[in-house]
Amino acid sequence: MDLTFTFEQDELREQARAFLAGRPEPAWEELAELGWTGVSIAEDAGGAGLSFVEEAVLFEELGRALYHGPYFSTVALALPALPADLRAEVAAGETSWTLALAPLVSDLDTADRIAIVGGDGIYELEGAEREVLATTDGSRPLGVVRGGEPGRLLAPTGVLAEIRARALTALALESCGVAGRALELAIEHVSTREQFGRPIGAYQAVSHRLADAYTQLELSRSLALWAAWCVAESDEQATVAAAAAKSSAAETAVAVCETAIQVHGGIGFTWEHELHRLYKRALGIESFIASGTRLRADVAGALLDGKRNMASDATSAPVAVRQGG
Amino acid sequence: MDLRDTPEEAAFRERLRSWLEENLPTELQGHRGGEARFEGAALRAWSRALYDAGYAGLTWPKEYGGGGAPYSFQAICLEELARAEAPAHVGVIGLGMAGPTIIAHGTEEQKSRYLAPILSAEEIWCQGFSEPGAGSDLAGVRTSARLDNHRFVVDGQKLWSSFAHIADWCILLTRSDPKSTRHAGLTYLIVDMHSPGVEVRPLRQLTGEAEFNEIFFTGVEVPVENVVGEIGGGWQVAMTTLLHERGTLGFALQAALEVQVRKAVGLARDRGADPILRDRLAREWIELQALRMTNVRSLSKLMKTGVPGPEGSIAKLVWSEANQRVTKLGLELLGPDASLADANAPYGGYWQYQQLRSRGNTIEAGTSEILRSIVAERVLGLPRSR
Repeated sequence: MDLTFTFEQDELREQARAFLAGRPEPAWEELAELGWTGVSIAEDAGGAGLSFVEEAVLFEELGRALYHGPYFSTVALALPALPADLRAEVAAGETSWTLALAPLVSDLDTADRIAIVGGDGIYELEGAEREVLATTDGSRPLGVVRGGEPGRLLAPTGVLAEIRARALTALALESCGVAGRALELAIEHVSTREQFGRPIGAYQAVSHRLADAYTQLELSRSLALWAAWCVAESDEQATVAAAAAKSSAAETAVAVCETAIQVHGGIGFTWEHELHRLYKRALGIESFIASGTRLRADVAGALLDGKRNMASDATSAPVAVRQGG
Repeated sequence: MDLRDTPEEAAFRERLRSWLEENLPTELQGHRGGEARFEGAALRAWSRALYDAGYAGLTWPKEYGGGGAPYSFQAICLEELARAEAPAHVGVIGLGMAGPTIIAHGTEEQKSRYLAPILSAEEIWCQGFSEPGAGSDLAGVRTSARLDNHRFVVDGQKLWSSFAHIADWCILLTRSDPKSTRHAGLTYLIVDMHSPGVEVRPLRQLTGEAEFNEIFFTGVEVPVENVVGEIGGGWQVAMTTLLHERGTLGFALQAALEVQVRKAVGLARDRGADPILRDRLAREWIELQALRMTNVRSLSKLMKTGVPGPEGSIAKLVWSEANQRVTKLGLELLGPDASLADANAPYGGYWQYQQLRSRGNTIEAGTSEILRSIVAERVLGLPRSR
């Protein structure tokens, strides 16, 4: 049983945090040079041959930095549908993708190519008109596509379950990054801001709210790491783990941002402060793909309506014998 | 990162599962909690069977009768006992608090005298820390220990002491320097509960039963070799005890919550649940997974670095509040039958009892308020509130 990152994975996090500091909109080619676009792509297709666990590190950091670009849409949404030659282009930084899973499509302003679900397959959409819509969260714009023709068949729709689990898990990880940053700002502020002659963080009305924020965040992060491992291993619990993680982490990010805004007082309510942008990303994630309420309905269905006794199966978190050793 | 058991862990889990299938007496399966768990020859026999099979004190050093196993084995053991709805070893205080404290601070004589009988359930321990004037603020301890010719004479009162009515030994925090205040001048003693001058009175709690006790000490003589650590150095020793109370419990708490959630899911399947109750049930199932994974994170850091991850400090806080919600959800799922009690109630009054008992969870072993302050100050590094 091990749910910790390796030394190399911790180094990747440090590298990512340093690179993204103060520049949330790096070019796609820069990410490719860092090896980020090909993390889980096989080495013979020009990737690093690593797993979703390394991508998980990046998703959390990209969330924290409020990264604006097609990484989520390419790596979390489109990648499982792409054939080897197109994956090689992604690894090389030549193309980025988005996938039209629902009417509102992410990253239409930055993604090069569009995949779309139609009938029994996922196809490239060619010649479509894009309209980027106004969204509360400016760092991940949504838009709609009109017209166009299905081009190359990329994958059968059987891959959609994997895509959904990857996407929900990536959003959970981003949420943890957002919440982690908001909590950090709140801790800094209440440790230095003085009222009535003391730092306001000495008052339990303030400090206990932050203890609760930390507690929620660590619970959500644990779920996100569980889901990331399940996705990386194609574990049979990936679907339910991803739903659990996204429902928890997105709501946590919203709540932690709200706490952070509150304990900042007036400055937290201003446009110039970073908090409202974190908050808007959290709100955007919460509603994207499926809200917490919607996902919990799925979890309840798995617990209560399954044919086999999901109650006992699902209550036991993964216990399997390691293959081969 | 690998959530699967290692081959050694898997083999241990498999062995324990089949041992439980063969050895767990059906009358002990499915505990109700409370005092019923604490008495009876059957429980001592069960604890002894756990010991004989090598499942007591798994992480304790082999030289004192322990298993010398990694922490993950202890976590697996707690999970599997809970899944089988087997009762825990009766020596909870000895195993979780007194034993680890003696291992950390005790003399060689104390280790060889006290540790093995804890594991074999031949001797039961209780804890004498809280007093009427010293609850969350433990440094207010006033029970006096006067050194008089190679023995201490102890006078005072302790309360909220589980198992005191059946205990053979007590870990007692006393004030040995009458002129001292706060954290100085405290001494940590091992007291024979069969000594003259020790009186135990049950404290009846809101569930109607008496799990806890008051202990009165009147001129109780304790030999000086029963000091754990230094005379006057009791505070540091007590902190070791509390660290173990709050630190190694995570998996036991998660395992207990797993049983509650599984029963709540079963109840919802039996009786049906509207969409709002389904949402709440899903929330609790998710919270349970989150608690488990948080424990795994903390445990794997402990095994890698020797120090548990800071996220482990939230386990008791999270469990206690989750258990209160789940048990209340159980009552809601029962509908109007929730008003019934004991034998007149569905499932023998399980949910009614559990819900009432759960109100103690956010008070015992560190109130939620104290635990939030610990997270704020020691994990987040916020300024001290006092």
